[in-house]
Amino acid sequence: MGSKPTALKILDILSIILLAISTYLALVFAPTERVMGDVQRVFYFHIGTAWTALLGFILAAVFSVIYLVTKDLKWDRLQVASIEVSLVFFLITIVLGSIWARPAWNTWWTWDPRLTTAAVTELIYVAYFMLRQGIDDPDKRARFGAVYALVGGLSAPITFFAIRLFRTIHPVVIGGTNPEADGGFSMTADMRVAFFFALFAFTVIFIDLFWNRIRLGDLQEKVEQLKLRMSM
Amino acid sequence: MFFQEATPDTSGYMIAGYVITFLVMALYVGSIYLRSRNLKQDMTTLNELEEPVPPIQATPASPPTRSMAASQNNKSAKTVTKKSRRK
Repeated sequence: MGSKPTALKILDILSIILLAISTYLALVFAPTERVMGDVQRVFYFHIGTAWTALLGFILAAVFSVIYLVTKDLKWDRLQVASIEVSLVFFLITIVLGSIWARPAWNTWWTWDPRLTTAAVTELIYVAYFMLRQGIDDPDKRARFGAVYALVGGLSAPITFFAIRLFRTIHPVVIGGTNPEADGGFSMTADMRVAFFFALFAFTVIFIDLFWNRIRLGDLQEKVEQLKLRMSM
Repeated sequence: MFFQEATPDTSGYMIAGYVITFLVMALYVGSIYLRSRNLKQDMTTLNELEEPVPPIQATPASPPTRSMAASQNNKSAKTVTKKSRRK
C-alpha cells in the first residue's frame, strides 16, 4: 500500500477543522437550554453520531447484498469498514444519551424501547466481529458476515423508528409530538445552526474514517495473501 | 427538575459527555494508526523473507601474482639449466 492519497489527507484535515467548528457551535454559539441547562449541548453530537452510525449500518447491509451477488471480497472489506466505524459512533451515541438521561430522567439507563433497540443494535454488531474472528476461511467468513450484516441491518431502521412507533419517554426533537416524551425541547435558530452543522461535520468525519478503515482492510488483505503464498 | 425556576447547573454532565466523545474518537483513530503501522511492518518482513536467496557460488581461483609467476619461471629455468648441464 502506497502513501496516503492527497484527497484523503485533505479530508483528514477538513474533518479536524469541522469537528473543532462543530464543538465551538455546540459549546459556545448555541444558547443554553432553559430547562435542562448545559447538558442539552451533548444533543448535537448525540444526533450527529447516531445519524452517521445508523446510516453506516444500512450501508453495510447494502454492501452485503452486493457481496452476495458478486462474490467480490472488496465488498466484504467495505462492509467491515462501515460496521466498525458505525459501531464506534453508535457507542458515543449511547454514552451521550445515558449522560443526558441522568439529569433529565434521573437515571443513567431505563429499558425504554429506544434505548433497548439501540443497545440491541450495538450488541448485534459487537457479535458480528466475534463471529468473524471465529472463521478462518476468507470466503466463508465473508459469506457469513454478509448474511449477518444484512439481517442485522434491520435493527437500524427499527431503532430509528422506535420513538415514532412505540410508547416511549425518549423525545422526538425533529418533527415529533409525543406527549409521553420527557426532556424534549424546541430548537431556536442558533440551535438549528449548531445541529445541522454537527450533522454535516459528523458525516464528513464518518467518510474520512471509513476511507482510512478501507485502506487498512486492503493492507490486511495483502498481508494475509502474502502469508498464504509463503505457507504454500 | 422541570418545575424549577432557575436553570440547573448540569455543566459537569456536559463536560463528561464531550471528554468521553473525544477520548473514544482519539482511541479509535489511534487504533487505526497502530494497526496500519503493524501491518506495514509485517508486510516489509514478509517481503524480505520472500525474496529469493542468491545461490552460493564457488569462489574462483585467484590469478597468480607476479612474484609467484616469476618464481615458477625461475624454477623451470633452473631445471632446464640442470638438464642441459647433464647433457
